[in-house]
Amino acid sequence: MSDTTPLKSTPLTAWHREHGARMVPFAGYEMPVQYRGVLAEHETVRNGVGIFDITHMGEIEVAGPDAESWLDHLVTNRVSGAAVGKVVYTAMCRPEGGVLDDMLIYRLQDQQWLVVCNASNHDKIAAWMKDHLPESGVRMDDITDQVALIAVQGPDSRELMGRLGVLADHDETIGGLKFYTAMTLGGPGGRWIVSRTGYTGEHGYEIYLPYGDALAAWEELLTAGSDLGVEPVGLGARDTLRFEVCYCLYGHELEEDITPLEAGIGWAVKLKKDDFIGKEALVAQKEQGVPRKLICLALDDRGIARQGCPVLHGGRRIGAVTSGTFSPTLKKALAMALVEVPVPEADLAVEVRGKPLACHTVPFPFLPARTKGDPKAERNLPV
Amino acid sequence: MVPDDRKYTEEHEWVRVEDEDGQQIGTVGVTEFAAGELGDVVFVELPEVGSEYSQKDPAGTIESVKAVADLFLPVSGEVVEINQAVVDNPELVNSDPLEEGWLVKVKLVEPGELDELLDASAYSRLLEG
Repeated sequence: MSDTTPLKSTPLTAWHREHGARMVPFAGYEMPVQYRGVLAEHETVRNGVGIFDITHMGEIEVAGPDAESWLDHLVTNRVSGAAVGKVVYTAMCRPEGGVLDDMLIYRLQDQQWLVVCNASNHDKIAAWMKDHLPESGVRMDDITDQVALIAVQGPDSRELMGRLGVLADHDETIGGLKFYTAMTLGGPGGRWIVSRTGYTGEHGYEIYLPYGDALAAWEELLTAGSDLGVEPVGLGARDTLRFEVCYCLYGHELEEDITPLEAGIGWAVKLKKDDFIGKEALVAQKEQGVPRKLICLALDDRGIARQGCPVLHGGRRIGAVTSGTFSPTLKKALAMALVEVPVPEADLAVEVRGKPLACHTVPFPFLPARTKGDPKAERNLPV
Repeated sequence: MVPDDRKYTEEHEWVRVEDEDGQQIGTVGVTEFAAGELGDVVFVELPEVGSEYSQKDPAGTIESVKAVADLFLPVSGEVVEINQAVVDNPELVNSDPLEEGWLVKVKLVEPGELDELLDASAYSRLLEG
């Protein structure tokens, strides 16, 4: 994208600016990276409830009698046979097995699906799907520019959702929503989809709603949840939140030259499924064993490892950091890295600005998610 | 706030020079603007006491959750003290960048370098763009 391309805005962009957000260009949109501060916003989501404008995500509706088998052919996870209301996390791969994007696929109705992809990959995914569209039997409708997306995340998210006027008649249904399921309802401006999904590792919801409904819903969430301490959360904390629970981020843990097996999302690859794009390569990789693996590291020396920092074993480069930061919850420098297999058990270092910093592997994930079960369950801090 | 008891760089550092036993000692830190731009500081790496630097040499790093910034020394000299409190509590850079959040003290070798730096009003104009 050239520098002269104007950035896209969301229905909430003006609100973010008026409320002191620091705005940054992200995937062609002008998005809030932080409001009060990354650490404070991170803590709000871990301990209370925060709301995110993630309207930049791509939404592509797919419908028709052959949509089910066609989607199953495009992605690694099994979507066929999913119940209406089910949400499936999956990768979409190249024939060579590398990841084009990771995404959610919603079964809205028997023959109607919603594909939700990363903003940074939206154009590529829309083009890829269009290229593979059969002559008949499947329709594709890119609704990215009509659908706003607000994430409501944190242990108090259930309480807050129940206070939203539009959802008042559906309180029981929302309360009964299981992790990775969704419901559809009528809002003032049209269809709303509410799902129990998120990117924080906390109990949470995502609301897809018409552009015209977004500002009122956003403001209502903030007003209705003021006693819960709800606050807007930017992309900065979204990244540290997903990092602590080791959710993959495209451009970091996932890339076109990284397979889902290497990235540790093999659970979203169904190799027994009928033919799908990338299957042959992934079956072969599974049989031979993955050449690289995603690992979790904790730094022993002082410093912070960032994406691209070499990982060393006895001075030899065995891979690189994919994401690294200071964990606000665990209060230490942690990193995910993609390294050669077999992974050495000791004598590991990450090279930061030319200096090797000692580190050691720790179990995956750094912090256990609380997406299922009691949203306020006592946390066992493992690292 | 841009106090006029010190000089500033275009890279948003400050240096306040005091005379200690006939030695010119410059205390160095980052400005409120720099601290705000960085966001929550979570890690500070400072040079070793006794090490010598030329003006504008990178002598340390300040890292927030998302960003890494070099600390450039506004003046040449020998590091005579570092602020261990900031190393232990990096958030001091955000909460009090101009006082408690100072970073290093340098024994000046070229006091004339101070004349090249911005005074408070010039730095204020820089911030106003």
